[in-house]
Amino acid sequence: MTRDVLLKIEGLRIEGRSGDTWTEIVKGIDLTLHKGEVLGLIGESGAGKSTVGLAAMGFARDGCRITGGTIDFDGLDLRRSSEGALRDLRGARIAYVAQSAAASFNPAHKLIDQYCEAPVTHGVMPREEAEKDAIDLYRRMQLPDPDGIGFRYPHQVSGGQLQRAMTAMAMSCRPDLIIFDEPTTALDVTTQIEVLAAIRDIVRQFDTAAIYITHDLAVVAQAADRIKVLLRGEEVEEAETRAMLDAPREAYTKSLWAVRTFARPEQPAATGKPILSVSNVTAAYGTVNVLEDVSFDIHAGRTVAVVGESGSGKSTAARVITGLLPPKKGQVLFQGESLPPALKGRTRDQLRQVQMIYQMADTALNPKLRLRELIGRPAQMYLGLRGKALETRVRDLLDLIELDPDTYIDRLPGELSGGQKQRIGIARALAAEPKLIICDEVTSALDQIVQEGILKLLTRLQTEFGLAYMFITHDLATVRAIADDVVVMQQGRVIEKGTKIEMFAPPHEPYTELLLSSVPEMDPDWLTRLLARRAAPITHGAD
Amino acid sequence: MSNVIRMILVRISLGIGLLFIVSLVIFSATELLPGDLATQLLGQSATPETVAALRAQLGLNDPAPLRYWNWLTGALTGDFGIALSNGRPISDLIGTRLGNTVFLALYAAALSVPISLVLGILAALWRNSFFDRIANAGALTAISFPEFFVAYILVLWLAQTGIFPSMVRINPTTDFGDRLYMTFLPALTLTLVVTAHMMRMTRAAIINLMASPYIEMARLKGLSPLRIVLRHALPNALAPIINVIALNLAYLITGVVVVEVVFVYPGLGQLMVDAVSNRDIAVVQAVALIFAAAYVALNLIADVLSTITNPRLMHRR
Amino acid sequence: MEFAASVIFGLTALFAIAWVLRASARSSLSGNARSLANDIPLTAAFGLLVIAIYAIVAISAPAIAPFPEREIVGGQFQAWSGAHPLGTDRIGRDMLSRLIYGARNTVGIAFATTTLAFVVGAILGIWAALTGGWLDQVLSRFVDALMAIPALIFSLLLLTIFGTSVLSLILVIAAVDATRVFRLARAVAQGVVVMDYIEAAKLRGEGAWFLIRREILPNSMAPLVAEFGLRFCFVFLAISSLSFLGLGIKPPTADWGSMVRDNATLITFGDVTPLLPAGCIALLTVAVNFVVDWQLHRASGLKG
Repeated sequence: MTRDVLLKIEGLRIEGRSGDTWTEIVKGIDLTLHKGEVLGLIGESGAGKSTVGLAAMGFARDGCRITGGTIDFDGLDLRRSSEGALRDLRGARIAYVAQSAAASFNPAHKLIDQYCEAPVTHGVMPREEAEKDAIDLYRRMQLPDPDGIGFRYPHQVSGGQLQRAMTAMAMSCRPDLIIFDEPTTALDVTTQIEVLAAIRDIVRQFDTAAIYITHDLAVVAQAADRIKVLLRGEEVEEAETRAMLDAPREAYTKSLWAVRTFARPEQPAATGKPILSVSNVTAAYGTVNVLEDVSFDIHAGRTVAVVGESGSGKSTAARVITGLLPPKKGQVLFQGESLPPALKGRTRDQLRQVQMIYQMADTALNPKLRLRELIGRPAQMYLGLRGKALETRVRDLLDLIELDPDTYIDRLPGELSGGQKQRIGIARALAAEPKLIICDEVTSALDQIVQEGILKLLTRLQTEFGLAYMFITHDLATVRAIADDVVVMQQGRVIEKGTKIEMFAPPHEPYTELLLSSVPEMDPDWLTRLLARRAAPITHGAD
Repeated sequence: MSNVIRMILVRISLGIGLLFIVSLVIFSATELLPGDLATQLLGQSATPETVAALRAQLGLNDPAPLRYWNWLTGALTGDFGIALSNGRPISDLIGTRLGNTVFLALYAAALSVPISLVLGILAALWRNSFFDRIANAGALTAISFPEFFVAYILVLWLAQTGIFPSMVRINPTTDFGDRLYMTFLPALTLTLVVTAHMMRMTRAAIINLMASPYIEMARLKGLSPLRIVLRHALPNALAPIINVIALNLAYLITGVVVVEVVFVYPGLGQLMVDAVSNRDIAVVQAVALIFAAAYVALNLIADVLSTITNPRLMHRR
Repeated sequence: MEFAASVIFGLTALFAIAWVLRASARSSLSGNARSLANDIPLTAAFGLLVIAIYAIVAISAPAIAPFPEREIVGGQFQAWSGAHPLGTDRIGRDMLSRLIYGARNTVGIAFATTTLAFVVGAILGIWAALTGGWLDQVLSRFVDALMAIPALIFSLLLLTIFGTSVLSLILVIAAVDATRVFRLARAVAQGVVVMDYIEAAKLRGEGAWFLIRREILPNSMAPLVAEFGLRFCFVFLAISSLSFLGLGIKPPTADWGSMVRDNATLITFGDVTPLLPAGCIALLTVAVNFVVDWQLHRASGLKG
């Protein structure tokens, strides 16, 4: 059943300005969208997917310009249309949903005022009607208190609710096409489900065509009829959703879910004494407790994944272990001995034993120091290496993380890619020859294919040096791939802990169940099944 | 609402507290002054008896906290004590001069605020245009000129030809029209300098604002540029613009000092410069307190106004 | 009008020279210096050229000046002539020579003052940001209180107490400006201190001095250098204004601000000579501002 073509883009070229030079960031993209169809546009950062999405509205951001190709929307050539004609189209027939709803709602006006703006301006309906319509749509989007929520200001509403309110706003003129630009990326997994489900339903109810932009294949698989994969401004492949999931043609597409197929060999259960124990720790910022009676153990040579959503206290646990935040109650034991609570009280050798790798390699490496000093400093400080010995050690470490010493030793962090920077973070931790490395969301800022490389490297180093990892993450796919033991946290408490096999096999604690079931699977029917299952016994409150 | 009122009350009490500390700093200046005030006042030839008598009269024998208290309560009721150089009550010296200075500052503000806001907003909206570049280079140049340079250029250009007087001869009986005419050159000098600062800051604030995602959202809703500026940019621009204006009105306080000297304008700045030359600490303290109070008050008003215009603060969770 | 024309001609010539120098730098240099030359706008090239000229004049003042700085070499208020290209001043000193020496005195004192203010303000500011806690609170609140008094007014108050010698001028202005530098340096350093690499260094067990020297300072340099330029302009204008008011550098030391004050009477007769020192002040400030603008632009990565 093929319907009429709504949007047809051919040979689209867009340039972006950096300094005084223009470089091509979209290099000849073709795109066809039929009425009522949802197209998933996926790719890593820098693929040009948002730029293409905006071009479908005849819009280029400041510092970008459309230089070639045609954009035909329902018989209208958007590249040749006047600003006035485009204005009549935008908001009315093509609408946009931005990644950060919190930043994209004007803080000075109530939600409903912003809702009514487009329909009233475009003459679709008068204000009173638009208000009634808004409440109706808020209800359909399953927002709590649909009658009242519109009369709040953006900062009075939570992120997941704002994202749904923004989708409702996009729907206000019943457009033919909505561009969704990473609408769930900034949300926690449990919230993501609700927003994703609401978006899918509303688009189906009104038979609206959509372009759904994301970097997450599993998410887009739930909503899209077809998927187009982009890489550095060029198309890799396009196929029906099921066909692409079952049999991706291109190697690059396959690599996009590589991390989900990567798995570390299972390890035998832990024996002997733990290398580090967190024992009944309660910690607070000011008077607010952010950790409440938290205990868990980490054994040598094993990986403990600490899992939770934002605000669960998983990063605070790391701060307590490293001594940045002395606990109010409880203690941290290293090889059976109590560690001094504050950083200042710890000996140099105690500091050496626990190292840390950060989420954002960009901010974790001093941009003004060369790799020689970045990696060499811990070896110099803790192990007293100087001169030739230090140089040899730095080179060995670069070899270990698979970077050529001759090429890289005198580079600055700014001259490296994201994945390479994260490798430097690993080398710096290794340089101290620690027993335990805390990995704080180390892969979540990286593209999928790069994530896999980092996880493989960490696994190899673990077997080589018998390292213990505390792996802080919100991504259950990564947990599945790399963990031996799992600790689930929520609002500062440990909800459940055990080996990975125990954790991923039922029965679960309700929160663990919610968390586990919320991770999108690479299956177009996953969301439908999940919602059906959830609708049956229990209902979940708003986020 | 009550939250906002509480917040404003907190700000005001903080402002009063700050003013209190400032007065303390200004008062302690006397303590740092080398030598004895009474001796300085009477000259080296004075007999010990007269010095002692004057010390008693000035209350110099009292402990410092008591003198501070007397000075502060006096200042609050308009009594700043007597000038050391000529023995006249300082409030007499300040009297009409305060009015003259306020007149000059308001005159310059009335000229510069509208001009700079319009120029700044236009430069931001027509960013990178020819107009923007010229306005920017012009503003940067004006900022770089010392006030007396601007003043003398104006004198050379406008007073030489006899259009405007180069010296301001006004007294309390001068009528308003004459006042505006006579004070035009000093006001214009201040306007030129302040406008440059204010324009640049307004432009930066607006550009910052126009880069917000919610402005892009408004454009993608198909709203007209006028509606975007009026309805989406302006309500959020109020707070930064209020701050820019307050900052520059406060800057006028410094500016008047030099300009008053160039044009021999009978204001507080002129009085202060003379007092510094004579090392008349009592007068300097009095004038410094007035200027500092105006400065603190301006910042306080800006603070309160930007609280009121910020929806995030007005409508709490 | 003739004078205005020659000023415009002179400025145009400076711009032309700056353009030529930039063009030759673009063709002859390579690597980092080349990309710098490619990036530099004409205004900033002009600024650098002017700053260089001022520096040369200041350093080699005795060699260039036709007459000594303080000597009376002619009649009062002589007109421009071959012997005295810019005439003589109120008591018969050579105007051109005093202008040349002024570059040394006025700019030198302003530079020394800025440097002093900067060293004190920046070190305290970074230290406060790094240490935090009560030290930061005490220093910050103290600076807040001092900054609640307008700079010029506070300077005047301090000058009344300490007298109006050159040394007290330098110390007073440096003290007043150090508060402004403190606030900026603290803000910049606070931006750096929250970075993970600082936390990493703390976890490694590094001391405060290492953190400041190797981690914070290298990453705060760009805004601090721009601030130095801006501060210099403020200090330079403040000192000139005070000198103009008769409260700063005083004759017979050749200083641009006091030279304007000394000879201001000529302006009422339509003579531009007293404006020349003021013009010298303005030209240098414009030049520094142009360079700072370019640096801020580069630092923010914005074009606009």
